[in-house]
Amino acid sequence: MRVDPQFLTRVRQGGEFDASVCMNCGVCTALCPLGVELLPRRLFRYVLLGNPDAVREQTETIFSCLLCHMCESNCPAGVHITENVRTLRTHLNREQYHLAEA
Amino acid sequence: MSVPIGSTLGILGDNLRKRGSALPLSRRVATAWAKGLDLPRGGETVLYTGQMWQMVPAINAMSRQLGKYEGRGTRLFGFARSMNKVVNLTPFLARTTPSERTAYNERLRNIVRLLRAAGVEFGYLYEKDLYPGTLAYDEGLTQGFVAHARRVARTLRESGAKRLITVDPHTTNILRSVYPKVVDGFDLSVRSYLEVLADRTLTATEPLHESVTMHDSCVYARYEGVVEQPRLLLARGGVDIVEPELSGSMTFCCGGPLETLFPGKSTEIARKRVEQLSACRPNLVTACPLCLANLQRVAPTGVEVRDISDYLVRAYCPVVTPA
Repeated sequence: MRVDPQFLTRVRQGGEFDASVCMNCGVCTALCPLGVELLPRRLFRYVLLGNPDAVREQTETIFSCLLCHMCESNCPAGVHITENVRTLRTHLNREQYHLAEA
Repeated sequence: MSVPIGSTLGILGDNLRKRGSALPLSRRVATAWAKGLDLPRGGETVLYTGQMWQMVPAINAMSRQLGKYEGRGTRLFGFARSMNKVVNLTPFLARTTPSERTAYNERLRNIVRLLRAAGVEFGYLYEKDLYPGTLAYDEGLTQGFVAHARRVARTLRESGAKRLITVDPHTTNILRSVYPKVVDGFDLSVRSYLEVLADRTLTATEPLHESVTMHDSCVYARYEGVVEQPRLLLARGGVDIVEPELSGSMTFCCGGPLETLFPGKSTEIARKRVEQLSACRPNLVTACPLCLANLQRVAPTGVEVRDISDYLVRAYCPVVTPA
């Protein structure tokens, strides 16, 4: 696994990203209308650990989030999940798709 | 499986920057709904559509086209993006019919009738009623969105508007909860027409005595806390509301947000939601144009999906037939 210590800093250039209080309890996964394909807690750990390759592999998952707020409204740790997902989209739009608007 | 993500978002972003909307509509299409209503231009209180209802037929048409390219079409989409920079491809890719546009425009006319019945005075900004950039914000086209939001806010400031009455959850959320974070000094009052109507003492002239299943929009229910207002208005109008297992703040998404990039998944989720709702009653009520479009598309024979304004207008302001 390639670890990039600057990864989180680069992600945060696209907006707010904070998942440090995530307890990995799995409520987000259990409630997600998309089911097992979307695993915010796993995605967020990749970011916190500085693993850009693992995040890039989840591009479809990140863009398929409904932003329906079901996970966030029920997250016992109060993680701003949808905001984090939007920030990851901005990051991918910049670094993977090179979109000037991102 | 998705459509080519980078090129599709590139087209949406280019459109927003060059043409002021993710799916640019002509001025005529965007304002046609107000024809004959004699809405005053501007004023301190305005009905702000954000072009959302007007855009839904184009979103539906685009989604049908994009659905053919899930999992393929990378080079074609790259070419389409280059072309779209020179020529606006939206009218070709998202061809809509007058009857589709009329059906959605009618909901805006319903809302005007309801607000007038409640004694609310308001104007409309016509060509200055701009798309607020919701899709760009949600898809992470952040820089493009922020630049666009500042342009929209400037137009609003110059118009002299102080209070906006919004007509759908997405426009309500973006203007009320997102704009103040990205536009310095944005402090306009933003309220959904459902909130405005619920505060008034509207009396049903023809109580409906009908039973429906309520589908809450995720954005109204979980982002903006608009849960009780639609229920109150329906109940006062004589409508019996049956709640599905997942309702209110625990509502289940209609799949609409995936229409652009994942049309197949969007349909799958919509089917699941229609099954949940129609298990209660076959008459389903929505309060969002995207929910309406997505659920209507998959509703089987015998299941009817209607916008809340269709019920409210029948209860509170029925058409008077000349003798």
